[in-house]
Amino acid sequence: MADTSSRLVGDRVVHKTFAPITRHTLALYCGASGDHNPIHVDLDFARKAGFPDVFSHGMLVMAYLSQALTDAVPPNSIRSFSTRFAAITQLGTRLTCEGHVSELVDHNGEPCMKIALVAKDEAGEVKLVGEAVVAR
Amino acid sequence: MVDQSAVGRTFTPVTASVEPGRLRYFLNTIGETNAVYRDPKAAKAAGYPAIPIPPTYLFCLEMMDAENPFEFLTELDIDLSRVLHGEQGFAYHVPAVVGDVLTFRSRVTDVTDKKGGAMTLIGVVTEITRQDGVHIADMTRTIVVRNPKAS
Repeated sequence: MADTSSRLVGDRVVHKTFAPITRHTLALYCGASGDHNPIHVDLDFARKAGFPDVFSHGMLVMAYLSQALTDAVPPNSIRSFSTRFAAITQLGTRLTCEGHVSELVDHNGEPCMKIALVAKDEAGEVKLVGEAVVAR
Repeated sequence: MVDQSAVGRTFTPVTASVEPGRLRYFLNTIGETNAVYRDPKAAKAAGYPAIPIPPTYLFCLEMMDAENPFEFLTELDIDLSRVLHGEQGFAYHVPAVVGDVLTFRSRVTDVTDKKGGAMTLIGVVTEITRQDGVHIADMTRTIVVRNPKAS
């Protein structure tokens, strides 16, 4: 685990790429997460709801982003973690998750850094925009 | 359509156990290999009383152990096929670890119409407490409902 005490604003601290999201990934995540919404695994249901195909759970993409984050910082140093789901993540997407230190802050009297996070597909389209407050 | 009368609504509390087998299935699904989530010795060396859970797993625990994981939608008469996840946040106070039994209590905090009623945003906050009563985390979510066009 990298030392997080000397991080500066602008430092890129998070960077990870992931294998393509397949139908199999979505089926496994449906069971692993307890999110059984059929829109992510049942093509007939997705089409009836007006979508061309099934698509990723937003929380699966957030789970990848969080994996990239805790590759860089210990899980127990994270004080908060939030994301906005900017676009639907389609089947086959190869995600790249990145984060840089955007601000050094005090969080309830504790020295912390804000990390600006993003998950993008291979074409650079932003899927998730997030932020984590992490102790330093 | 969901309106302001939904604000303040609460739902059946959900109690969930952090079980190692289910956690491993989640880790395998997302290709997570970080030893801190898999090896009790690595977790203890890193200062945890037991294996910690990844940052988004609290959301899964609530859904896995809920009697009706979509109670919130059923109760507010929202069609599941019209729902998208807009935003999700976590505030962590104490790390959750394998062996914990957690209780999730959710309430609607706000209802906002967007795009002239084409969409409704619903904010829900969930307070998470451990079996010993310690308040370990809070989740916030925004659900986007794509409303049917008025005929």
